[in-house]
Amino acid sequence: MEIIAQHGTTFMVLACLFGFFMAWGIGANDVANAMGTSVGSRALTITQAIIIAMIFEFAGAYLAGGEVTATIRKGIIDAEVMAGHPELMVYGMLASLLAAATWLLIASVQGWPVSTTHSIVGAIVGFAAVGISVEAIHWDKVGSIVASWVVSPLMAGTISYWLFISVKYLILDTDDPFHRAKRIIPVYMWLVGFMISMVTLVKGLTHVGIHLDLGMGGDFANAALASSLIGLLVAGFGALLLRRVEEVPNEQNRFYSVERVFAILMVFTACSMAFAHGSNDVANAVGPLAAVASTVQSGGVISAKAAMPWWILMVGAVGIVAGLATYGWRVIATVGRKITELTPSRGFAAELGAAGTVVIASATGLPISTTHTLVGAVLGVGFARGIAALNTRIIGTIFMSWLITLPAGASLAIIFFYILKAIFGFE
Amino acid sequence: MAGSNILGNLFGRSPIGPIQEHMQVANQAVQLLPALMRATAAEDWDTARALHKEIEQAERAADKLKRSVRRHLPKSLFLPVPRSDLLSLVSMQDSVANTARDVAVIIIGRNMRFPESLQEAVLEYTEACCAPSNQALLAIQELDELLEVGFSGREVKLVEAMLKQLDKMERRTDKMAIDLCAKLFKLESDLPPVDVMFYYRVLSLLGTVADDAEAVGDRLQVLMAK
Repeated sequence: MEIIAQHGTTFMVLACLFGFFMAWGIGANDVANAMGTSVGSRALTITQAIIIAMIFEFAGAYLAGGEVTATIRKGIIDAEVMAGHPELMVYGMLASLLAAATWLLIASVQGWPVSTTHSIVGAIVGFAAVGISVEAIHWDKVGSIVASWVVSPLMAGTISYWLFISVKYLILDTDDPFHRAKRIIPVYMWLVGFMISMVTLVKGLTHVGIHLDLGMGGDFANAALASSLIGLLVAGFGALLLRRVEEVPNEQNRFYSVERVFAILMVFTACSMAFAHGSNDVANAVGPLAAVASTVQSGGVISAKAAMPWWILMVGAVGIVAGLATYGWRVIATVGRKITELTPSRGFAAELGAAGTVVIASATGLPISTTHTLVGAVLGVGFARGIAALNTRIIGTIFMSWLITLPAGASLAIIFFYILKAIFGFE
Repeated sequence: MAGSNILGNLFGRSPIGPIQEHMQVANQAVQLLPALMRATAAEDWDTARALHKEIEQAERAADKLKRSVRRHLPKSLFLPVPRSDLLSLVSMQDSVANTARDVAVIIIGRNMRFPESLQEAVLEYTEACCAPSNQALLAIQELDELLEVGFSGREVKLVEAMLKQLDKMERRTDKMAIDLCAKLFKLESDLPPVDVMFYYRVLSLLGTVADDAEAVGDRLQVLMAK
């Protein structure tokens, strides 16, 4: 207890610093994957993408980031095992943040593919298994997290596959695709509005302090009704925007005008993608910070029940936006330039499938990789014969990045853990 | 940091655009043949030689494009249609240009001029033999629209109708070839035998230009079939 009392402020400052740096890294590097598809298919300009990313990453992190943060903070490790040594929890979480951030930096500089989610989970499991004890880890939880890494790309791929098939039959393969598109696309917009508000209402509003009661009996039913209505508003707004798109005859490609209608839809799915990314990935930076904060603030009592102070999500959200503003926009431009083969009618299907999957994972508190999920979604559209050429080597790269990132994050975390233990002492 | 980007590296270069460009260049070589024939009829050998040069250039450009398409189609690429179908489509497109070049080479090499009484029929036949290549190009230009709808439905039907038209054009050249050979047969005893050999050879090669264009259509149909 004395160590916490003595160095409490130092720990807090360090945690905020490391957490902010991690969030900065996510904003600088990771957001590009979420927004690059929209820029690449020319649905958004870089500036528009940045503005959307800033607003919706922030909203996603703040409104729907709580569950995954809780998992990272107290779901993976059994806090009871460390009850007598709260400082170990603090060292471990600081070490994990530092390890993941360091690994991200090394990998980025070297040009290796890397996932923030995998490095932070690897780091936490690593320090806990070696620094504390193998029993300190909720292996069942870790098992379900690892399973979700496999399931999420598959699920996103399946959703995107069917989304694109529906577009093919309902819009593209008809007599008058342009007018069909204008009539049917608001339905997809409704889906976007419904999805985001559903997650916000079910998972987000409680901590903002609003309780919604529309007299439907049950929070879920209330949220569903409210979300449907919000979805209608979104669809109505979208329909107004769609009106402004006019049909331009184009000899080169008869689907030119249709794609321009889809480009409007893609603005909406880009918002959902940024929201989803914020809701899941911010936890990688903020979860360990929350663990340190709650341990320090409770004076060394590790409690699994303690509520998380909400300023912590703010640190993560601001960090992501800072990363985006300082460096991320350049990466978005680079990624966007590489994804020019993706037209809006496919890009939206990939984004909506990925965003839906990520948002569901966020609501259930599973930390997954947004990038890997999006790759799964794009491959799903590819299976529906929607994309001219996809590089299947990427799937191998993803598996490799798992194999390397997990042990790398773990070993770095173990090293930092023992260094911190040596510096601050052990009771 | 761009190298680390998984999503950026996920997308391969689309082969569709380069394949369309390849067919366009191959067709360019073919469509110079009627002008070449007219130049020989007028015994304007300067123009003929210039046209031959242009055909050679187009054929070489097609070769270059063909190699570039192949280079950008590694086995690891995941495509909406079988890779082998795309490769054989490009090979066939390339044959169209090659055959056109073979015709030009013989004509220029031998300063070949068909007998006056055949001139009109030969010119008509040449034009007919070059038409299927134009039609094949039109069908190939639908490839990006086909991709847009995922190689299914109305667009497939549209292209199939174009290919039917292509078949019809090719059959027309077969009939014309029979008539033309009959005419040549009547004259052949009065003509130098070696010349006659090569008249037949050129007529047959012109037929092959049409056949190759039809084969391009066939490959396209295989590619569209699930």
